[in-house]
Amino acid sequence: MHSTANSLTVTDLSFAYPNGHEVLDGLSLSVHSGERVALLGPNGAGKTTFALHLNGVLELQRGSINVNDIPLNEENLGEIRRRVGMVFQNADDQLFMPSVREDVAFGPANLGLDKAQQAERVAEALAAVDASDFAERTPHHLSGGEKRRVAIATVLAMHPDLLVLDEPTSGLDPAGRRELTNLLKSLPLTQLIITHDLPLALELCPRSVIISGGRVVADGPTEELLSDTQLLAQHRLELPYGFSPVVAGPAT
Amino acid sequence: MAGAHRHLLLHTDSPLHRIAPEAKIVGTFLFAVGVALTPRRAVWAFAIDAVVVLSLLAIAGYRPRQALTRFAAVLPFVAFAVFIPFIAGGDKTDLFGLSLSTEGLWASWNVIAKSVLGTGASLILAGTTPISEVVRGLGRLRMPPIVVSIVAFMFRYLDLIVEEMGRMRVAMTARGHDPRWLWQAKPIASAAGAMFVRSYERGERVHSAMLARGFSGTMPQMEHEPASPTDWARSLTPPVVSISLALVALIIL
Repeated sequence: MHSTANSLTVTDLSFAYPNGHEVLDGLSLSVHSGERVALLGPNGAGKTTFALHLNGVLELQRGSINVNDIPLNEENLGEIRRRVGMVFQNADDQLFMPSVREDVAFGPANLGLDKAQQAERVAEALAAVDASDFAERTPHHLSGGEKRRVAIATVLAMHPDLLVLDEPTSGLDPAGRRELTNLLKSLPLTQLIITHDLPLALELCPRSVIISGGRVVADGPTEELLSDTQLLAQHRLELPYGFSPVVAGPAT
Repeated sequence: MAGAHRHLLLHTDSPLHRIAPEAKIVGTFLFAVGVALTPRRAVWAFAIDAVVVLSLLAIAGYRPRQALTRFAAVLPFVAFAVFIPFIAGGDKTDLFGLSLSTEGLWASWNVIAKSVLGTGASLILAGTTPISEVVRGLGRLRMPPIVVSIVAFMFRYLDLIVEEMGRMRVAMTARGHDPRWLWQAKPIASAAGAMFVRSYERGERVHSAMLARGFSGTMPQMEHEPASPTDWARSLTPPVVSISLALVALIIL
């Protein structure tokens, strides 16, 4: 099912905040088209900073990013933002319009689609996340799980090539988490899932990448990485009590 | 107070709910203008206006008790009007065994009648129009897009900020904070400062999320069905009544 084309290629990405704090230090990573990859790392490893680079919210300082063979630069910014769908950690930051329908239409409207096309995109994206009933509701009044699904719909409506999810399960109850994993499994898109929820990585992603100190420190089959207790401990990652990646089994 | 606006909408489906918001906004505003222009001695005109307001409240689906509770919102504004007859000078009228200023009684009646009718009109608008629709209506009425966006964002995040403030207050109370005197207010001031910083940071995160979806500096115009001639005709009927009454009263009085 995986083609060999690279959906995302990041080469030697470095980034320091204006106060000199270096967050990314020569990070390189490629994701094949159709792949689902988990990006694991402790708090402060640079995961979110990395994500903000992927569609040019943070400006490139050093290194390069290619999405489906077009480079991230000033000129391609609009197209990159369409291709990379970012789902932010806090859905309340992502859902800012007065109603769910308008929020989902925000991206397509920015793409310059007309009214009919916008409506079509909204209907299709909400159906994909099973949220068609919420269209007229205010985002604020949705439950955590519903907000997360709508947040995903807001980027699906832009027809992205790559879905980047920052801590998609944070703050969800077990049932909400279950619905979300099923949803992500059902979406036929290249996905980069940033998380420290290791069981989630195991369930969804055949491949995982660990970043720590702003660079990639491990890249391999998720089951293998999660079985390496020493590697995990070194990078402040921990499996939940009693969880065994071997018993749980790898992603299907 | 928290999220009070969300409770103003009546979750019924009346013909008034279905009218386009911009027509309702204009209708409400002009009706209030008509009421304000009515000379205070034209009691019959106010009576007819009141019949209009009461019928619309009923059509909107207000239960009498519910409407009365909401009318209470006007009380602080009319409270001072009650005192005018006691303090104003001029001719006196005997009422309930009290000697009151005639001029003051009329002034008091003027304030109370007009504000109650105005409140009634806004209750009809608020009860039948979700906030998001009101904002959309304002946009359609050519309010500058930047102002419309600010109002929309304010309503979107108001609840969130109020809830956050509430959680902070609970956290303070849980650790024994029980301010009774002004000099104990320092933690409240710090909390307000923290709220400001948090909201500012949230603003930055929301902006990132907008950029990530292709935002380029102007809010896209979301297309909606414009108000139909029927919507306009219905919305403008109450103001036509109130303004005609005002004009007739001005002429004959």
